[in-house]
Amino acid sequence: MIRELWAKFVAPIDGPLMVFLGLLILLALITMGSASPARLTTLLAHLAIALTVMRIVAQVPPQRLMYLALPIYVVGVLLLVGVALFGDISKGARRWLDLGFIRIQPSELMKIAMPMMLAWYFQKHESMLRLKDYAVATLILLIPVALIVRQPDLGTSILVLSSGFFVIFFAGLPWKVMFGLGAAAATAAPFAWTLLHDYQRQRILTLLDPEKDPLGKGFHIIQSTIAIGSGGLFGKGWGEGTQAQLDFLPERHTDFIFAVYSEEFGLIGNFILLVIYALLIGRGLLIAANAATLFSRLLAGALTLIFFTYAFVNMGMVSGILPVVGVPLPFVSYGGTALVTLCLGIGILMSIQKNRMLVQK
Amino acid sequence: MEFSNAQEGLEQFNRRIAIAGGFVLICFTLLFARFVWLQVIQHDYYQTRAEDNRISLVPIVPNRGLIIDRHGEVMARNYSAYTLEIIPTQVANLEETIDGLAEFITIEAKDRKRFKKLLEESKRFDSLPIRTRLTDEEVARFIARRFRFPGVEIKARLFRQYPRGAFASHVLGYIGRITERDLGQIEEADVEANYRGTDHFGKTGLERHYEMELHGTSGFEQVEVDAGGRAIRTLARTAPVPGNNLTLTIDVKLQEVAERAFGERKGSLVAIEPATGGILAMVSMPNYDPNLFVDGITTADWRDLNESPEKPMVNRALNGAYPPGSTFKPFMALAALTTGKRRPEQLLADPGFFNFGGHMFMDDKKGGHGMVDMYKSIVESCNTYYYVLANDLGIDNIAKFMAHFGFGSRTGVDIEGESEGVLPSQAWKKKRFKKPEQQKWYAGETISVGIGQGYNAYTPIQLAQAMATLANDGVMYRPHLVNHIIDTKSAQKTYIEPQPLRTLPLKQEHIDVIKQAMVGVNQEGTGARAFKDAGYVSAGKTGTAQVYSLKGTKYNRDTVKQELRDHSLFIAYAPAEQPKIAVAVLVENGGFGSQAAAPIARQVFDYYLLGKLPPGAAPADEAAREADE
Repeated sequence: MIRELWAKFVAPIDGPLMVFLGLLILLALITMGSASPARLTTLLAHLAIALTVMRIVAQVPPQRLMYLALPIYVVGVLLLVGVALFGDISKGARRWLDLGFIRIQPSELMKIAMPMMLAWYFQKHESMLRLKDYAVATLILLIPVALIVRQPDLGTSILVLSSGFFVIFFAGLPWKVMFGLGAAAATAAPFAWTLLHDYQRQRILTLLDPEKDPLGKGFHIIQSTIAIGSGGLFGKGWGEGTQAQLDFLPERHTDFIFAVYSEEFGLIGNFILLVIYALLIGRGLLIAANAATLFSRLLAGALTLIFFTYAFVNMGMVSGILPVVGVPLPFVSYGGTALVTLCLGIGILMSIQKNRMLVQK
Repeated sequence: MEFSNAQEGLEQFNRRIAIAGGFVLICFTLLFARFVWLQVIQHDYYQTRAEDNRISLVPIVPNRGLIIDRHGEVMARNYSAYTLEIIPTQVANLEETIDGLAEFITIEAKDRKRFKKLLEESKRFDSLPIRTRLTDEEVARFIARRFRFPGVEIKARLFRQYPRGAFASHVLGYIGRITERDLGQIEEADVEANYRGTDHFGKTGLERHYEMELHGTSGFEQVEVDAGGRAIRTLARTAPVPGNNLTLTIDVKLQEVAERAFGERKGSLVAIEPATGGILAMVSMPNYDPNLFVDGITTADWRDLNESPEKPMVNRALNGAYPPGSTFKPFMALAALTTGKRRPEQLLADPGFFNFGGHMFMDDKKGGHGMVDMYKSIVESCNTYYYVLANDLGIDNIAKFMAHFGFGSRTGVDIEGESEGVLPSQAWKKKRFKKPEQQKWYAGETISVGIGQGYNAYTPIQLAQAMATLANDGVMYRPHLVNHIIDTKSAQKTYIEPQPLRTLPLKQEHIDVIKQAMVGVNQEGTGARAFKDAGYVSAGKTGTAQVYSLKGTKYNRDTVKQELRDHSLFIAYAPAEQPKIAVAVLVENGGFGSQAAAPIARQVFDYYLLGKLPPGAAPADEAAREADE
């Protein structure tokens, strides 16, 4: 009886994904235990919610997700408009919407809603894709991105933009067009520069030469590279990172948690983390390749690459090769919303995996 | 463009999945390369930077060395007291914070002013005192409210204290908070590291001259700090080495007798032990209380001291240059003997004046001193004798001889900023003046130089040194205030060995003539009244220096304004047979040397040689005890 229930409970769960996710959660708990032990309880609560969401979503068949794609997207865009009009301002940015009973960050929702919407769109137009469809897809993509950039939230807009782009890419956007757009983007970059907020420009400038302003805007990057570099091959040991423990690392439980991990576990630790991410992403790409429908394939591929984007951008910025944009280390950084979103993505991947084509060709 | 074939689309999708996978691997490899760069190749660099972040060297200021008089009485010491300090960089609103503190701790307007001044002057914005010497109750009151005042703290600090207050202030000097100018000197001496935690620096006097000896060696604590600079724990500690103690040649009680003898009068006294050059007392009046400077002097006090017409901040012993008046005569007489221009018994008929080219140089005695030999010229202080003598010697011979005695050059005493004075000569005048007609030396000018007037201007310490050298039969020592330096760690004493600077080319028989005459001064001459019934044989010479050129009008002590009155001078040594003490005394606007300066010398000799205190003076010990409380 219990065994049956258990079997039923774990049935939608993909073993390999769950193992990789479990390893990441383990690292998250270990690192948080050093970076900010006081937050462990809340982290456990976040994990409980996120894993529940994942388990529920894993059971939802991709077809039903497809039906939900358009409504979720529309609601998401409306909420973003709502944020722009009535949102709460915190730390100079308007990101939150207070619905009376709950405060939500609609941009977060978009990270999932966007690939769903685009995958749905391409599924609808399957077998007769024209260039026009890519143009429409781009429009669908840019509306919410523009709203998020305006909040301003560079990190989330990059994630949403890339999530949408991944779908379009997997949908077969011709290379010619891609390179053409790339060239156009490069030309437009100087104009885009003028559109950026001051603090966003500063972040990019600081990246180029953090030492120029060691106590001001360069402080984060300098201190995190010192943390990583001083970690060495084997790290200083759990709870022994001086940069982390003596408060030299800013945001050490959120965006910069990688620096804490890296300082205490060294290059070996970094290698293990990279391998886990690579395995998780590999599994996701495999799920995409085996997915039953175009919608599933596109969604799975895009979601997987989102995990990659999170990981790469975060580790890149903390180690000083990318600008500081507010992107957390996936499944490790503290932050309930991001964790729920990410686990939601994992849940979708699991659902797609369970509903894959059983026989290929 | 269109994909009719689903199979083709699927293949394309799988290709792109593979491309994405490859891209992911490339990016991760890139990250890994970055980690290798930071954690392996650059590891040492970042390791060092992390350590620099974490470990802060906190200097521990050493105890400043003590200054002790020749008999072991402490003249400058340290005591520990609590101060309330503000770190301006950690306080958002200074005014508000100070107002908040003032609610439960007495903060007077002068404290605020001083704080403001420190804030402006201080280059190191680490921690500045708003209140010093808190009572235990005030400390307790602050501690109870500490959480309300980030950036404000109580510190136990050592303060300098000069137990005898104003006595010997010009000898000791004072310390004050380090200013930018002091920082320059610290840099020059290349001791910045040793002064990292030090707030105070010797400003004048011995505190300044022996700053490096008194300061000691800073210790330091290796402290682990967090990003906010808060100390987490101590990793290592190197104890500071206290500054060395100075034992002076000064006899503080003698100093006090001398200063009291001046009373309200301005002037200076330097007493030297002839056999060593050790300074027994060095007075400059008015004095000031060096304790005022220790916590940062208030603007009002500073103004009072600096703007006073009495100029209490000027060390007259080293920086006051005065015409020596008749105290110059013994040296003139010695010059005459040495150069062979006069024999002691050679007589001069003094009609009461000396006519030089139609200009009458007057004697102070109407009708003159009659027949004058060298002895009488000194005992009675006959001007005409020296007018003639100066004319016979010529200015350059006078200058050459007087230079041997140190007139017109710094004595090299161990206090900064000594003046040179003026030893007039043809060369000097040429250098001193710009216009050719002013540069020429006139023979008439030599004549007033002969009686210690004219361009002559010497510091009291030069006079005292000359007196001591004569008393010591021509063996000259550098005057000095420190007898020995005690290394506080090893207790080893480094003596300032009294090395003779030079032995003057003088004949003992000539010296004896002068000495005999100076003994005569105190027995039957101008100093006799002051040294009546002394109980020891002393030698001296009075002097009166004109401040005011009379130009024909008759000098009348009562009608001339106080600040234009003559300076009163006296040089002396005792006992005559084996000199233990030589002095130069100057009383500004004191009138005749015999009236003002000589009695002061008498009191000093009485105390030093006989232990006798002048009538009415408080016992020195009692005064010291008062200052202690």
